[in-house]
Amino acid sequence: MQQAIIAKAKELLANGSVNRVIGWKKGEFSYDITPDVFTTAEAIDADFVYDDFCGANVSKFLMKISKGEGKTLAFLKPCDSYSFAQLLKEHRIDREKVYVVGIPCDGKADINKIRENGIDGVLSIKEDGSNYVIDTLYGEKTIAKADVYAERCVNCKSKKHVDVDEMLGEEGDVIASNRFEMVEKIEAMSSEEKYEFWKNELSRCIRCNACRNVCPACTCENCVFDNPNSDINNKAAANSFEENMYHIIRAFHVAGRCTDCGECSRVCPQNIPIHLLNRKIIKDVNELYGEYQAGADPDERYPLVNFTYGDCEPSVVYERGGDK
Amino acid sequence: MSIEEKEFKPTIVAFCCNWCSYAGADLSGTNRLQYPANVKIIRIPCSCRLNPMFILRAFQRGADGVILCGCHPGDCHYTTGNYYARRRMTILFSMLDYLGIEKGRTRVEWVSAAEGQKFAETMNSFVETITKLGKNHRLEDLRCNKQ
Amino acid sequence: MQRIGVFVCHCGTNIAATVDVKKVSEVLLNEPGVVFATDYQYMCSEAGQNMIKEAIKEHKLTGVVICSCSPRMHEATFRKAVASVGLNPYMLEVANIREQCSWIHKNVEEATEKAIILGRAAIAKVHLNAPLTAGQTPVTKRALVIGGGIAGIQCALDIADAGYQVDIVEKEPTVGGKMTKIDKTFPTLDCSSCILTPKMVDVAQNENITIYSYSEVESVKGFVGNFTVGIKRKARYVKEDICTGCGLCTEKCPQKKVPNDYNLGLDNKRAIYIPFAQAVPKVATIDADYCTMLKTGKCGVCSKVCTAGAIDYTQKDEIIEENYGAIVVATGYNPIKLDAYEEFGYSQSPDVVTSLEFERLMSASGPNGGHLVRPSDHTEPKTIVFVQCVGSRSTTECGKPYCSKICCMYTCKHAMLCREKYPDTEVYVFYIDVRTPGKNYDEFYRRAVEEYNVHYIKGMVGKVAPENGKLKVQASDLLNNEQLHIDADMVVLAAAIEPDKSARPLATLLTASMDTNDFFTEAHAKLRPVESPTAGVFLAGCAQGPKDIPETVTQAGACASKVIGLLAKDHLVGNPCVAHPDEMMCNGCSTCANVCPYGAITYENKDYSRRKDGTMIRRVAQVNPAVCQGCGCCTVACPSGAMDLYGFSTKQIVAEVDAICR
Repeated sequence: MQQAIIAKAKELLANGSVNRVIGWKKGEFSYDITPDVFTTAEAIDADFVYDDFCGANVSKFLMKISKGEGKTLAFLKPCDSYSFAQLLKEHRIDREKVYVVGIPCDGKADINKIRENGIDGVLSIKEDGSNYVIDTLYGEKTIAKADVYAERCVNCKSKKHVDVDEMLGEEGDVIASNRFEMVEKIEAMSSEEKYEFWKNELSRCIRCNACRNVCPACTCENCVFDNPNSDINNKAAANSFEENMYHIIRAFHVAGRCTDCGECSRVCPQNIPIHLLNRKIIKDVNELYGEYQAGADPDERYPLVNFTYGDCEPSVVYERGGDK
Repeated sequence: MSIEEKEFKPTIVAFCCNWCSYAGADLSGTNRLQYPANVKIIRIPCSCRLNPMFILRAFQRGADGVILCGCHPGDCHYTTGNYYARRRMTILFSMLDYLGIEKGRTRVEWVSAAEGQKFAETMNSFVETITKLGKNHRLEDLRCNKQ
Repeated sequence: MQRIGVFVCHCGTNIAATVDVKKVSEVLLNEPGVVFATDYQYMCSEAGQNMIKEAIKEHKLTGVVICSCSPRMHEATFRKAVASVGLNPYMLEVANIREQCSWIHKNVEEATEKAIILGRAAIAKVHLNAPLTAGQTPVTKRALVIGGGIAGIQCALDIADAGYQVDIVEKEPTVGGKMTKIDKTFPTLDCSSCILTPKMVDVAQNENITIYSYSEVESVKGFVGNFTVGIKRKARYVKEDICTGCGLCTEKCPQKKVPNDYNLGLDNKRAIYIPFAQAVPKVATIDADYCTMLKTGKCGVCSKVCTAGAIDYTQKDEIIEENYGAIVVATGYNPIKLDAYEEFGYSQSPDVVTSLEFERLMSASGPNGGHLVRPSDHTEPKTIVFVQCVGSRSTTECGKPYCSKICCMYTCKHAMLCREKYPDTEVYVFYIDVRTPGKNYDEFYRRAVEEYNVHYIKGMVGKVAPENGKLKVQASDLLNNEQLHIDADMVVLAAAIEPDKSARPLATLLTASMDTNDFFTEAHAKLRPVESPTAGVFLAGCAQGPKDIPETVTQAGACASKVIGLLAKDHLVGNPCVAHPDEMMCNGCSTCANVCPYGAITYENKDYSRRKDGTMIRRVAQVNPAVCQGCGCCTVACPSGAMDLYGFSTKQIVAEVDAICR
């Protein structure tokens, strides 16, 4: 796939239909790949990579890039394309200035899972059929790909793209996933258990803002947490209240707009399962107001700016799950 | 029941829309219907003006319960405001429940300008619920503690 | 820092009996920014108001807090008072310590403490108040009436009478509406045309009224006082200003098999037609679905016989734009389709008719010239069964939950007319209830029963089966508890009425609200019954709910007076408590516009330069303060918090929360 992508990028750059390419660039280790912009064939040859560690969602970068001159080529995985479509819906990206090539995705690896499997001191990683062959300080190790896929890929919701100009490889389908399994588990807990569960998770938050910065739905010109006039601005969570508040407000602000791309949890340095908050809202929306996937339909109003006369009353939440 | 619990007087913030519920609260006053003094009302133009942030803020500053009262669905002065409020509050309450905040600390009740009786009853029952739940410890900011 | 004055009212003993008002004023004097605090017996009295005015002058107050009765009671009074001495009226807040404190608490200590807290909240809010000035917008002195039935006609005449220009948009080729199809009117039995047609002529001749017949509203932009409406003038293929209405073309047209909708399809008309003799405007219209010339290009008879040269086969739909200050919705009603009521055999026998069809069969201008005969074999019916509440007051899926209101009276009228014209006819009326509120209505009903011997039977018809030219009617008589079998010649169904199908798309264009039955909702069911919640949009006739002619005319008149009241103003003063965006924070994501019930929010692309990004074009929200009603829905929907509301700003509400939870 990497070859095909690089060939496509060089072709479109060479014939002048795009001015730049947004893709992924080699990092110091084979697992720390970051998104980058390429403007020449040489740069692409030198640094462009596409492999199972290119988890980063590049759609958010298009917001600013599409404001500039010329056209940008973006390679979007299915997840990324939902975020992209949602941003289009919010008038955040100039569609005319982006050429989207959809690329298939069979799931991305999570370095933390590799480490959890007792493989430390990773030097380089090679694909070998359905396995990874990992060269470490302690010798070569082999591990099945399926064992180290990121949580969001294990629970992949769609292999299908929305709104692409061209596909490289085969287009996939929307798939049934078990992504709400963990949410259901938490819902079934008693109030005390839930509180303890989240206290344990959220108390690790160091307010690095990575989840917010990477989130393709968090695109405010000026985030409420940075705005001294918002009354909720703070730089570091001082206590459990502020940890809670930050995460509740963040989840609420992306409610109905979150495409469940899972970037928030991927980048969290403290491994807080932030996506479980977003997914809770997605699950509630699906159950209470009908199935809704952000980004899937450019014309559908999202659930919190919509209503029906017969919507359930808020008290319904007290009749569900856990201790009643 | 311990003595401490008996003496616990919760702080309760009631957000009332200007057109129905605030008038309903006035009516319960006109009819001299009693409800506890720990309920303090904040007037907002419409239930849809209630930002979830205001609720968190109230809890942070020491509120033990927050209730939103608006026009009955279909009767909103601004035609659709309470429908949006209903969805927002549903999602927020569900989120609070998910985070382990006790069920019942927040409530939404539709009270029309004619329902003075309902307003007083609602406030009495809400105060009772919150008194039973006790002090809000799970969603308070210790720095804002009065003691 | 504001200089705030606090005024605590005793309200006689209403407040002072349970709240220690002296203590409240003493404690509040210690609040930051409070430079003056006092209490007085009656703050709203002239002496009390003067006390406030004096204090504002003496202490150079920039903000005022009144601890008194509900702001719903006297906020306006106090605002006026402070404005009279030059303080902006929006620099005042009222702490409600009567309805929401002294009247509901008995314990003086508790009530006093609560009053102090409420006072603090008001003080905290006033600290963040800013002077607000209401904007002004000019008013276009022209009204649009949508629908040219009796409601629209009456409303237009009344508005025109006051000297304002009115345009009527009517989707049919003629004004007049349903009333043109009605034979006689209850309870006086005078002929409908005789009272309606003079009004139609008045409308046509009134200099202030323009009729756009065969036209529909296509687009609506703007807001109260300043609407711009696109009107589609459908091609009628006849030049309206040249046609003399002689009707020669309608006699010569060779296409004779066109269902005549004026007679509800009971007979045929030609492809070029004038709906009826008294049509206004009296102009021919070509039905493009049937005209041979328009379909095949061969014919042209009408063009040949027209001496005025009015026929124009090349005419196209045309859209014109007009500006209006007010819009009246008078789109009327239709009987429901009876497809779902197979048990009454409506589709099985032509002798089962709706009441409106029966109206045509009885009418002198109807298909049989007023001689009542069965549509099937043109014989006089000897037994007629009327069935009321067909689809009305029904909880089933296909029915309507409401009472259609007019059926009891017109059925009574029909029954009476049958017995009068054809005394040897047996007439049965099956009813659930007979509802006759209205002047002379019950007398009318009793006459039908007592003088005309109409058989009123409480009960419902279960089945109507056509058999050997008769209609076998099975029904139950609830009062005598027996099953009835009647061999009827005709069955007349009082079909429920529903709003015209054009109403819902129109409501969307107008951003006016509707109920689940597609009736327009009024701004207040009792106190503002002819206004829509959308400012500048008014309601007349059955578009708002089922009603009979006298009630429709009354409502149309009331509606006209509201329109005149609006058009009489040169400027509209807005509500200053409106939403406003912080453009530097706005994402341009359209979330706010999606929730705005008034369409007050639009977007503009603006150039911004910021140090970190240089110059860039950004899409930012703009609020039209003349349209915004200040609900604040957008402020919460906005993800970035860029939208705020004057008078109830986020900071103000948060300050109140803090003061209360302190």
